[in-house]
Amino acid sequence: MSDQISSRAIREALRRALGHAVPISVTSSGPSSGPSSAPGAPSTANSASFAPSSAPGPAGDEELLVNLAREELDPAILALQELGAQHLMLVAFDLHSIRRRTGLAVEEALAIPNGPIVRLRVELPADDPTYPSITPLVPAAQWDEREAHDLHGVVPVGHPDPRPLVIHEPAPPAAPFRSFVAHGEGVYQLPVGPIHAGVIEPGHFRFSAVGESVLYLDARLFYTHRGLERLVEGRTMTEALPIVERACGVCTVTHATVYSRAVERLTGTVPPPRARMARVLLAEMERLYNHVGDLGNICAGAGFNFGMSRLAWQKAQLLRLNERLTGHRYLMGIVAPGGLRFELDERGLVGLGALATEIEREVRSIVRLLVRSEGFMARLHTTGVLSAKEARRLGALGVAARASGLDQDLRRDRPADGYRDLQVRVISTPAGDAAARFHVRAQEARVSAALIADLAGRLPAGPIAVPLAVQPRSGDVALAGAEGPRGASWLWLMAGPSGRIARLHLRSASFANWPLVATVVPGNIVPDFPLINKSFELCYACTDR
Amino acid sequence: MPLDLVRRLLLPLRNPVPTSRYPETEPLLQFGTRGLPAIDPARCDNNGACASVCPTAAIDLGAGAGFFARPTTRSTAVWAATTGPSIDAGKCIFCAACVIACPAGAISMSKRVELARPSRAELIELPPAVGDSSADLAAADRARARILGTLGRSLHVRHLDAGSCNGCDWEIAALLNPYTDIQRLGIDFVASPRHADLLLVTGVVTRNLEEAALRTYDAMPEPRLVVAVGACAISGGVFAGSPQIRDGAAAILPVDVFVPGCPPRPEAIIEGLLMALDTRRTTAAEPGSGA
Repeated sequence: MSDQISSRAIREALRRALGHAVPISVTSSGPSSGPSSAPGAPSTANSASFAPSSAPGPAGDEELLVNLAREELDPAILALQELGAQHLMLVAFDLHSIRRRTGLAVEEALAIPNGPIVRLRVELPADDPTYPSITPLVPAAQWDEREAHDLHGVVPVGHPDPRPLVIHEPAPPAAPFRSFVAHGEGVYQLPVGPIHAGVIEPGHFRFSAVGESVLYLDARLFYTHRGLERLVEGRTMTEALPIVERACGVCTVTHATVYSRAVERLTGTVPPPRARMARVLLAEMERLYNHVGDLGNICAGAGFNFGMSRLAWQKAQLLRLNERLTGHRYLMGIVAPGGLRFELDERGLVGLGALATEIEREVRSIVRLLVRSEGFMARLHTTGVLSAKEARRLGALGVAARASGLDQDLRRDRPADGYRDLQVRVISTPAGDAAARFHVRAQEARVSAALIADLAGRLPAGPIAVPLAVQPRSGDVALAGAEGPRGASWLWLMAGPSGRIARLHLRSASFANWPLVATVVPGNIVPDFPLINKSFELCYACTDR
Repeated sequence: MPLDLVRRLLLPLRNPVPTSRYPETEPLLQFGTRGLPAIDPARCDNNGACASVCPTAAIDLGAGAGFFARPTTRSTAVWAATTGPSIDAGKCIFCAACVIACPAGAISMSKRVELARPSRAELIELPPAVGDSSADLAAADRARARILGTLGRSLHVRHLDAGSCNGCDWEIAALLNPYTDIQRLGIDFVASPRHADLLLVTGVVTRNLEEAALRTYDAMPEPRLVVAVGACAISGGVFAGSPQIRDGAAAILPVDVFVPGCPPRPEAIIEGLLMALDTRRTTAAEPGSGA
């Protein structure tokens, strides 16, 4: 907290790396930028910890946009990596939508710990949309660049794995997997999916195995690619909400919240205190039912029906609480830009804290029984180990990162909405195996239940929404993140003419973590794959969009 | 360790049996459960606000016979004969945008969640339920008894995610939890389409999954049934019109029953499965095999 990295330090680092001063434009979020009606007021009202000193809001709220030539991208990233920059996303977009001229652009967004977010923009001519691939420097960007190539035709030169990712069809049938299997005596291929045996989402996994041991795993996803980002282009901010919310059916609050925060940044809107706190409540309810369900799914992955069935019942009860509060079992249609779409059901708030606590206590007693079951825990321990080094290199997020010793959580590191007034305990443990991910979830469920119990009875009174303050200017960009059950999801939103969406990019935590699964599995046995998969518990839908 | 085993065995004694008796009972709803929007014909002035905000264009203004949930006045017949907005349950995502937008306050979220129908058209032009609610309930009970009567044998279901958001899939997974416990009805999920009687399709049918979906269906033995679950599988839902998708299961498969919802709750899916069985009984009886 003490050694915050200011935008001046970043300016200086970039000047040194590039040998000349670069123009940097700075934007900060609604409360500090001025156009809003109540700058900073909602957060200071009931918090002593948040004191807006001379700095305009926390540094984490600042966004720096740096325009670079394509050969300057690598040195700029290297300079920022020395400051500890973490990859957030790489997004490609068409300049035509905002400027009526041909051309493309790519933007690499990086977060500086205890500092601002930096967006490095490189404009590319339409007839030569090439740029040096950043994947060698930022391995976490490997899928981002493949997706940008598939959907916008920008060419990352020097990408180590330039196969198609999102669009399956135009590729020649056999080519996508060429040379991405292991060869040798006794090595066989085990193709699984896209239609799996259970009630789960579609994805194709190709194991190269010797006996039971996996040598190599190639994951091919994006079967559920619905073209969400293209679909919302040209729509109004209100029209896009139900579509973005349905990127994934079990991270709905997370995605509606990142979208709403991005729109609020673009329009300089500050949601009222009640809505800001209610969003925390809803986000924690989403985390709680997901974590409880995921604990059950880990049992299913290990073939332990007792735990699966018991925890499924607890999850069913949590879904009822969701429905009591919002009328929807998966909390859809409640979070919206400006606050909430409608008031939470008062009858659902009554006793919510006690009920959530009760369910969580039941979950804890089940977990205690599971932990004492040697056969079950023997499956989890040392299975699917993700080292801290590998997690950092590949940009792991959420539970997967925290179970590998990375102490990161957006709720604490870049708090937004009501989280600014709350202290969230972040759970992390260094082991990195399936057992660690099991334990992190179990303990986070407890933290969430405590937050729900704390907030349900003391939501601030007042309105639940405010109208959006101003219409965003065409070409303005906002980036917003939120810590969901699976980790941090980030949404990049660019406004077009007359307040419509020019481009939207959603990078969910699952998108970030899928490549990890493929690197973790080799070395384990084939029958442990379902367990490893369940211990990460990633969505296909919000990866594929 | 034996002590833990004892604890594990005693656990069920601490909690009562949680299992639902649906379809013999009503579905378990909560205070604010959002069912199909209901239009009150007495207050509706056909101003069009609802249709203009509907994210899936589920509301059609003046389409003639209106489909609306539990009409509240006696002018039902008049309303149905003249013009009034109709709601397509196969497109509705139950977001309540129409309720919020209506300046006349004519729309409210009903608690109707059992909306399965054997044809796409019936989702729009369902004849309005006339009469008081108790008569409705009796009729519903009879329908349930009739549907239950067809369960002389078990039904094996294969789930197919054809590009969903995962919401419907989690509700299908919830069919197997101790509350819904669909196996008590003689229905179970199987791993291979070769063992399946019924294909339970969720999602919009993406281009990337079209071939896999068709091959799954082709692998099923005859006779086979297809149930489309959720707004996406019926009409493409909020994703309708995207060039990456086929706007629902009916574009590539012969769908026997449509189950509206976003996502439909487990009870609604059960209703759809039972309805599909019912259609099979009527079609199977024709060749004259008896049984």
